[in-house]
Amino acid sequence: MGSIGSSFFDIGHLDALSSKQTPVHRVDSRVKVLTTLCFIVVVVSFHKYDPARLAPLVIYPMAIMVIGRIPFSYILKKVLIASPFVLFVALFNPILDRNPVMELGSFVISGGFLSFTSILVKYVLTVSAGLALIACTGFDAICSALSGMGVPTAFTIQLLFVYRYIFVLGEEAARMARARALRSFGDRGMGIGVYGSMLGQLLFRTMDRAQRIHLAMMCRGFDGKIRYNSPKGICWSDWIFLGGWCGLFVLLRSYDFPAWLGRELGRLI
Amino acid sequence: MSHHIVEVKDLAYKYPDGTPALNGVNFRITHGESVALVGANGAGKSTLLLHLNGFLTPQTGSVRIGDMPLTRKTLKHVRQTVGMVFQDPDDQLFLPRVYDDVAFGPTNLGLPSDEVRERVMSALELVGGAHLKDRPPYRLSAGEKRAVSIATVLAMSPSILVMDEPSSNLDPRSRRQLIHLLSKFEHTKILATHDMDMVLDLCTRAIVLKKGSVVADGTVQDILNDQDLLDSSGLEKPFCLQGCPICGIKTQQ
Repeated sequence: MGSIGSSFFDIGHLDALSSKQTPVHRVDSRVKVLTTLCFIVVVVSFHKYDPARLAPLVIYPMAIMVIGRIPFSYILKKVLIASPFVLFVALFNPILDRNPVMELGSFVISGGFLSFTSILVKYVLTVSAGLALIACTGFDAICSALSGMGVPTAFTIQLLFVYRYIFVLGEEAARMARARALRSFGDRGMGIGVYGSMLGQLLFRTMDRAQRIHLAMMCRGFDGKIRYNSPKGICWSDWIFLGGWCGLFVLLRSYDFPAWLGRELGRLI
Repeated sequence: MSHHIVEVKDLAYKYPDGTPALNGVNFRITHGESVALVGANGAGKSTLLLHLNGFLTPQTGSVRIGDMPLTRKTLKHVRQTVGMVFQDPDDQLFLPRVYDDVAFGPTNLGLPSDEVRERVMSALELVGGAHLKDRPPYRLSAGEKRAVSIATVLAMSPSILVMDEPSSNLDPRSRRQLIHLLSKFEHTKILATHDMDMVLDLCTRAIVLKKGSVVADGTVQDILNDQDLLDSSGLEKPFCLQGCPICGIKTQQ
């Protein structure tokens, strides 16, 4: 549990990163959200047997991290934390889909293996782009950008609050787990039954807290809307950022760049 | 300045499961008074506080804040007049940045952005937290969190400050700083607390609650020296009025 607890608190590091001053940080948050969204749509739209064509797209998260001075290792760790879930999702593809679709010398590669790789690459690309976006924008700025772009306030407020209270919830869960571990010796008391009642406890505590937070908000005149600072106008460099990246994504989507590179290299050799 | 008055008359409240929490509470707090609400755990302090800003509406009896009774229609005005500081700062600081959190109330009041900025900064400066404005609240220490949650309330310029256990979970120095800060405020103050030494430092009047009723209402000096009263209501004298455990000398008051 300790590891889950510490990875929770580590999310706070994203905020520290978002206060840096680099060209990427200065780009308007709406533009960054839109560009990342465009990136994700393009990545997801590739065919499942085509993992190689995804490779050039790594340039977007890479560029954001390099220019935004966001440590690779940090983002990589975050990507790894959620990877078991994705592995489980993709695990059965090589087993169920055994159609041979490609031959590399004497190796025959099945369709399942290609789609497995494709899922993993898509996961790494989209999640690292999302994390890089948060790290160079800040979560509150993203929520305000989303609400500025017309996303219903119910969603943006939910997002904002999930982000704020995930620490408190994590801390509470970690405290409960610690208390249980301290009084359960060896395997006793670690059974699934105890988990059930702990989860119930956590739910009740969360509901109580939600009520108190609601009260605190009502005391300060909350009327269903959070008024964000109005963002600065979008300037020409923002348009260049948006246009440049989206243009590149469309280009990489419509031309098979790795195949072209392969042909050219083949001709040179 | 009649809008600084808090008047509670025959207030009674039962929880939905039938447990009585308040049985006929009466008091009147006038402008500029600093009042301690003391009582054992479960005496009804928190329930009473929840009535003062209209989270609970009186089942019987009435609550008047300033010139108006507390009803659904006056709720907005009452909540602006009564600034409530919660016991757990994590409930109070709900936005990801300190500045936004302090600005939340004034923005909801519909103030222009210049005025909001001014109020936020002066509230933060007053509690000594101007340097925290860009920090996320969950990264602050308990003392800083408390200071900022007081600033969130001050930014709305309330006339009455209500606080639930303001000194809980603070280290001795943060607690001392808090007491110093609160002593500078000229608001009408109502503090629900178990910290009897803070009561002695900050309050002029104390209201003792026991099982949902007021059992004593008088000056802090009188109440804290009434050993029988304190014993029967589950309270103790402030440490500074108790004898010294090392040299055995009794303090005389």
